[in-house]
Amino acid sequence: MTMNQGSDDKEPRHLRRILAIWLPLAAVVDVLFWFLVGPHVPPGDLTSTASSNQFDFNILFVIALPVMIGVWVFLGYSIRNWSAKRVGSAEPKGGAAARGNLRAQVWWIGLTTVIVLFLAGFGTVELVIGNGSGGGEGPNPAWAPTGANAAELASATWSPTDNHVLPVQVIGQQWQFTYRYPTFGGFESSQLILPAGTEIEFNVTSLDVIHSFWAYQLSVKADANPGVNNIAYTKTTKTGNFTVRCSELCGIWHGAMYNYGKVVSKSAFESWATSTETANASNTANLAPYASTYTPDANGAAGGYYEDGTVTPYSTVEVYGAKQPAS
Amino acid sequence: MSKGGRLASSVGLVLVAFGLVVVAVATLLTPGTPGGVVDFTKAQPAGQPVNLTVQTVGAIGYGPHPTWVSYLVKSPSTGRWIHDTTWQLPAHTLVHVTVMQYDSGSPLRNQEWGQVQGTVGGTASLNGKSFSVYNSYTGNGVGHTFAVPAIGLSVPLIGVSGSATNVCGEAPCTQKFAHNKITFSFTTPGVGEYNWQCFVPCGLGWLYGNGGPMSTQNFMGGFLDVVKS
Repeated sequence: MTMNQGSDDKEPRHLRRILAIWLPLAAVVDVLFWFLVGPHVPPGDLTSTASSNQFDFNILFVIALPVMIGVWVFLGYSIRNWSAKRVGSAEPKGGAAARGNLRAQVWWIGLTTVIVLFLAGFGTVELVIGNGSGGGEGPNPAWAPTGANAAELASATWSPTDNHVLPVQVIGQQWQFTYRYPTFGGFESSQLILPAGTEIEFNVTSLDVIHSFWAYQLSVKADANPGVNNIAYTKTTKTGNFTVRCSELCGIWHGAMYNYGKVVSKSAFESWATSTETANASNTANLAPYASTYTPDANGAAGGYYEDGTVTPYSTVEVYGAKQPAS
Repeated sequence: MSKGGRLASSVGLVLVAFGLVVVAVATLLTPGTPGGVVDFTKAQPAGQPVNLTVQTVGAIGYGPHPTWVSYLVKSPSTGRWIHDTTWQLPAHTLVHVTVMQYDSGSPLRNQEWGQVQGTVGGTASLNGKSFSVYNSYTGNGVGHTFAVPAIGLSVPLIGVSGSATNVCGEAPCTQKFAHNKITFSFTTPGVGEYNWQCFVPCGLGWLYGNGGPMSTQNFMGGFLDVVKS
């Protein structure tokens, strides 16, 4: 048998038949997927990176679906037409034609190579124009939105009327994330509240082991390493709720290391931030000064007793079980 | 062995293996400890506040890990101290918590946990004196915290003086030993399992202080098993 050699007048033109089945089927499935499933593909459209990632996933799907359908159609066609029962022989027909079809092989290899290379380029472009596409870029991001550098300054400000980047620090610790807002006095909170329509700069770090900040619906994911400021960007586009999970196995309560955040209107965010700044002021005064990273040390590790009264200075080295300084 | 015998043996082995897997998974998924669950749902009429009394000790003093720091809870039925950190509470009910803190303190790794959060009124009481923030860099520092992250509850448990001559070295501790009494109230959420933990890395000698008793059920963390009231 041959795919499409035309050497045997009785042999149907199989490739044309397969194409006739595959092309309309793939086109219909792609269109149905794009319009019916595409808008619901995770992670949604709460942020620019989420929308971008959803678009990327949908592109991958509409390219992969025809390939998958093509394989299935070919398999089904082969079983239907070239099974031993139908051909009438338990042995495959021999001869040159059984060894392969050069044209089909070239098309298959060429087409899939083009698809893979296109997707590699597409993914790279999406990563660059998406400012890292929500992924942690380390302390010196290669791609950053305009104004991001200013957000890292201690004097950075944010208000509903400006378009400044809002820096938010994510602090991982066993076993909860907390969040600091340097543009609002550096207060710390267990809640992650963000303003809509705002470029956000997440500065992710850890006070102990490696965690990973995964704000699923924001499409932001960045490892939280002790001593490292891992920066990730996204831009909120509308109000909504999202879930934060630790995605790095970090100990006994790793499974419970999650919380829920909200993207609210700019005015609602400002109201929450200013009221929380005021309410937490007395505790904020006790916090370590805002910094991109914090050095975990022996303090708090039950390293020893100390007397009543003044308890400074403390060890600044990472030694556990070290004797605590006397008063 | 006959074909039937081999088949029966194989089926039997598969069933045994399946049973072991089921038991192992069920054991992992079932909250609780060797001590079981301490039931606080029957200690008072339905809808009435629950009184939960616990103590924190620097060293449990017995068992496989006598040097480990630990929580203990007072049984609502017998009044005895129990080494169990899974507590069954009625849903949507006010809980009055009393913590007898017998351990010393230190500065918090993250002073965020020095702030009282999620309690009724946003405050707690230290030896009868109300407070909402405790600077762990002063006084005796913070020994432990009681926190239920899922409901935003966190209370610092202030440490006792390490130089006290009557520091308790073996649980259960009595009030003749140096201690701080911390009280606060919170309302239980809906039905569910809520983990609670200490946020002071008090596992001495373990990486970042969060191993040992911090990573073993029945010592510095457990569950609130909230059930229908």
